[in-house]
Amino acid sequence: MTAELLALPAWTTVCWLNQLQVGRGVAALVDGDQVALVRTPDGWLHAVGNRDPRSGAMVMSRGIVGSRGDRPTLAGPLYKQVFDLETGECLDDPSQRLPVHEVAVVGGLVRVRLARD
Amino acid sequence: MSRKTLVVVGHGMVGHRLVESAVARGLLEEWDVVVHAEEDVPAYDRVALTSWFDGRDDLCLVADGFFDTPGLELRLGDPVVAVDVEARTVTSRCGLVTPYDALVLATGSTPFVPPVPGATGERRFVYRTVEDLGRIKAAAAGATRGAVVGGGLLGLEAAGALHGLGLETTVVEFAPRLMPVQVDEAGGVALRRLVEDMGVQVRLGASTQQVLDTDGGLRMEFAEGDPLDVDLVVFSAGIRPHDALAREAGLAVGPRGGIDVDEACRTSAPDVYAVGECAHAAGRAWGLVAPGYAQAEVVVDRLLGGQATFTGADLSTKLKLLGIDVASFGDAFATTPGALELVYADPVAGVYSKLVVSDDAGTLLGGILVGDASQYALLRPMVGAPISGSPADLVLPVRGDAPVGAGAAALPDSAQVCSCTAVTKGEIRCAVSEGGCRDVAGVKACTGAGTVCGSCVGLVKDVVGLELKALGVAASTALCEHFDLSRAEMFEVVRVRGIRTWSQLLAEHGRGAGCDVCKPTAGSILASLHGEHVLDGEHATLQDTNDHLLANIQKDGTYSVVPRIPGGEVTPEHLIVIGQVAQDFGLYTKITGGQRIDLFGARVEQLPQIWKRLVDAGMESGHAYGKSLRTVKSCVGSTWCRYGVQDSTTLAIELELRYRGLRSPHKVKMGVSGCARECAEARSKDFGVIATDNGWNLYVGGNGGFRPRHADLFLTDVDTDTLVRTIDRVLMFYVFTADRLQRTAPWIEGLEGGLEHLRAVVVDDSLGLCAELDAAMERHVAGYSDEWADVLADPAKLARFASFVNAPDEPDPSLRYDTVRGQIQPAPRDAGPVLVAGPTLQVVR
Ligand code: SRM
Ligand SMILES: Cc1cc2nc3c(=O)[nH]c(=O)nc-3n(C[C@H](O)[C@H](O)[C@H](O)COP(=O)(O)OP(=O)(O)OC[C@H]3O[C@@H](n4cnc5c(N)ncnc54)[C@H](O)[C@@H]3O)c2cc1C
Ligand code: SF4
Ligand code: FES
Repeated sequence: MTAELLALPAWTTVCWLNQLQVGRGVAALVDGDQVALVRTPDGWLHAVGNRDPRSGAMVMSRGIVGSRGDRPTLAGPLYKQVFDLETGECLDDPSQRLPVHEVAVVGGLVRVRLARD
Repeated sequence: MSRKTLVVVGHGMVGHRLVESAVARGLLEEWDVVVHAEEDVPAYDRVALTSWFDGRDDLCLVADGFFDTPGLELRLGDPVVAVDVEARTVTSRCGLVTPYDALVLATGSTPFVPPVPGATGERRFVYRTVEDLGRIKAAAAGATRGAVVGGGLLGLEAAGALHGLGLETTVVEFAPRLMPVQVDEAGGVALRRLVEDMGVQVRLGASTQQVLDTDGGLRMEFAEGDPLDVDLVVFSAGIRPHDALAREAGLAVGPRGGIDVDEACRTSAPDVYAVGECAHAAGRAWGLVAPGYAQAEVVVDRLLGGQATFTGADLSTKLKLLGIDVASFGDAFATTPGALELVYADPVAGVYSKLVVSDDAGTLLGGILVGDASQYALLRPMVGAPISGSPADLVLPVRGDAPVGAGAAALPDSAQVCSCTAVTKGEIRCAVSEGGCRDVAGVKACTGAGTVCGSCVGLVKDVVGLELKALGVAASTALCEHFDLSRAEMFEVVRVRGIRTWSQLLAEHGRGAGCDVCKPTAGSILASLHGEHVLDGEHATLQDTNDHLLANIQKDGTYSVVPRIPGGEVTPEHLIVIGQVAQDFGLYTKITGGQRIDLFGARVEQLPQIWKRLVDAGMESGHAYGKSLRTVKSCVGSTWCRYGVQDSTTLAIELELRYRGLRSPHKVKMGVSGCARECAEARSKDFGVIATDNGWNLYVGGNGGFRPRHADLFLTDVDTDTLVRTIDRVLMFYVFTADRLQRTAPWIEGLEGGLEHLRAVVVDDSLGLCAELDAAMERHVAGYSDEWADVLADPAKLARFASFVNAPDEPDPSLRYDTVRGQIQPAPRDAGPVLVAGPTLQVVR
């Protein structure tokens, strides 16, 4: 248990919550990895991988935020595949997936912890 | 220039928000900010105050080290005791006198304690600060019974807290029901049961006469009924704006208290602002945090020279009381004339839902939800929107999967679908089954339904869809799952109803959160109608990455910049600037098929620097992206060519400058040739102009691309004014009525009556639309400004051009390039590192 806890990556403080526009993503550097932070209109904050699996380009943070059914989504800006922000699943192509990272807001500051893969 | 001083009085939620925003928006470049706080602790999340009892110790809103920022100072525990608006100074309790250039009062409010004998003293508390809660907690330690005076939002929250501390708790409310401001009588009954089920006693219609000290306790006496013996009492009977300081300084206050401010949040004294609960803004005091935040943003914007205003806010509330759902929104008390109430109540389950709808049951006006507020998030944005389907479906508990639009099927033929034109469902069905209409546009033209306020268009569409289905005809022009409208219908709705924001459009005519189809479409429509900058406020969230970053994304995630070269004419000086920019930023350079020069491989954080170089040299970046005018291709024409009969280059430049930036359903291209030899390939463009001995011939509806098509002759031998006016009208009519991603050729083919109809509309004014088309184009031309220069001038927009939110100038470390024929090219993704993109320059912000 303790060993497992120790193996968890640390939280990284990334920015102020109010730097994030609702309905638009930004990219962040966390432990040398690129994360797309997205604030959705329902008030949630999501952190997923910034790498577009189809092109390999680091662009997911620049996609359009929306919904499909009741799933909050992010569309790849190059080829428009739609990803579920909560699970990272690609709703158009089950072979693609984005890593989903932990995100927390503490005292108005946004913190991210990378998912272990 | 010497620095100015901003003094903020009050470090509560709103005061701190103002300071944060001031820092984020760059106010510290010219201002020092001094904050005076009455409380001993920095700003904390008062909304979550109650969770302090649960041991939450992270309520603080201030980040570690925030006030170490040079230019910022926080003076804790030293309230301001006097303001001198003549001398422009504030004096604090410690005697510190601070001169100000601008002053913001953010003193919040004070709890209201009814003026009854014995209301103050030991064992009597209010519920506002961490300190208050500390005292309550200490007193509760040896106590068994507590009372809360006030059964409103805050009173119930306090009662929940006392109950949580293990006290036998009674809520005493003067009104005949709980939450009298938000909940109606029946809702109050349901709420009371839920509160009592939690173990909190409720005493209604009880007016407290006095509070007496007894042996080791308190006795509360009421106008009627038995007295109540308790160990402590919390007063939570409302709040009053904390405006004493302002009154003493001679500032104007509102009729029921609160520092009077105008829509810029300015008080009656020069350079003195008031925000948050102490302010009386837009006709009232606002006891919620969101309006205060909005006011804080307004003041910061004003200090930066902006024009932001505060004109009101939504007062919908949802109670976050230990497990009880209560929500109240919109016209909850059905005060709108003719409003109808739909009620669903299940006393066993403790659920009460009421929706208020307009007299035709067509529009949701508001509602109250007690016991189950799960629909709140869905319903609140629908206020003001037409209800598609039966309103009863909204209030009844969700059962399984009732199909969307089922409401239209349930309507009788006699039901009025369009209230503006009194068209019934039967008439619409008839227009489809017998009149041959196949879509909403057809039905509108035939019956008039949906042509006035536009709010029934969704329902019209449902009826049309159902009827087509009954006839066995499949047809959907819906944009996507979020809108039943086609692009043209969306345009119509936005135009007729004067919609200015995405939120309003979505709330009134859509559902869900939108997607990469409807959001850019809406963004384009809002831009073509209102001409606001594509990155203004919420508009920014609608744009495709190209429109969002005002450049064209490439396969590796970098962007291309295509400086505008109107008509293809360029001076050697400008060519040199383009070359130098390409060289300095290491960009791949190519001549495009549209007579300009494309610079590839620019990173997000480099874009503003590149534009600045272009703007400084008298150029602008251009639209090679976005659904808008691309280029107007020209040939050299009569000025140099031995065959030229008109000055095609000058006309091409005029047209490009006239229509640049206009957002349209798809991209638009034009060409102007100086004679019939047609070197500018004008007939392969959406708008082609070919010079004649007597003037110009105009061709419309051409394109290259996927399905090449030559443009058709539209006007012959006209002068330049007639030509421009006609292009204005055709282009605007296209913007008004074409579908998403429909270029001019398929659009004209799709018009009933084709080219002849188009000519009738723009030349003979058969629809009486020309004046409006002309006015819309005038607005566009007059309102055009260099979008790229606008970004450079606006720090908030500029902030978007950061590679990483936590490392704004750090290049994307994943970019890799090869060098081919002396220029960069993206390296295959899995190849090893070769060269990191171009040089990094210091970003000027
Ligand atoms: C750069 C350029 C190629 C070049 O290296 O020369 C180009 C590049 C692109 N073209 Fe093009 N087209 C370019 C001239 C053309 C031309 C020739 C012309 O304009 O005279 C055509 C045929 C004429 C026409 O449009 O009718 C052309 C027909 C297309 C089409 C097909 C349109 C159609 O109706 O079928 C697309 C796809 C689309 O827009 O949906 C397209 C789309 C694109 C996109 C936007 C594809 C994309 O999404 O990435 C490329 C953007 C590159 C960029 O970042 O700037 N491009 N494209 C040319 C830019 C001209 C300019 O200065 O603006
Ligand atoms: C228990 C509770 C629950 C709430 N729940 C909600 C909710 O769910 N939703 C919601 O929208 N709102 C809620 N509110 C209201 C919300 O907290 C307020 O709207 C918000 O705090 C107002 O911010 P403000 O900065 O105007 O005032 P405050 O946060 O009260 O800050 C004013 C500050 O100014 C200080 N001050 C006063 N005079 C001086 C002086 N002369 N010199 C220096 N400092 C001074 C005060 O000490 C105080 O710290 C709740 C409030 C309470 C108490
Ligand atoms: S022809 Fe195809 S590959 Fe070439 S620029 Fe146009 S869209 Fe790109
Ligand atoms: S209700 Fe149909 S247009 Fe107004």
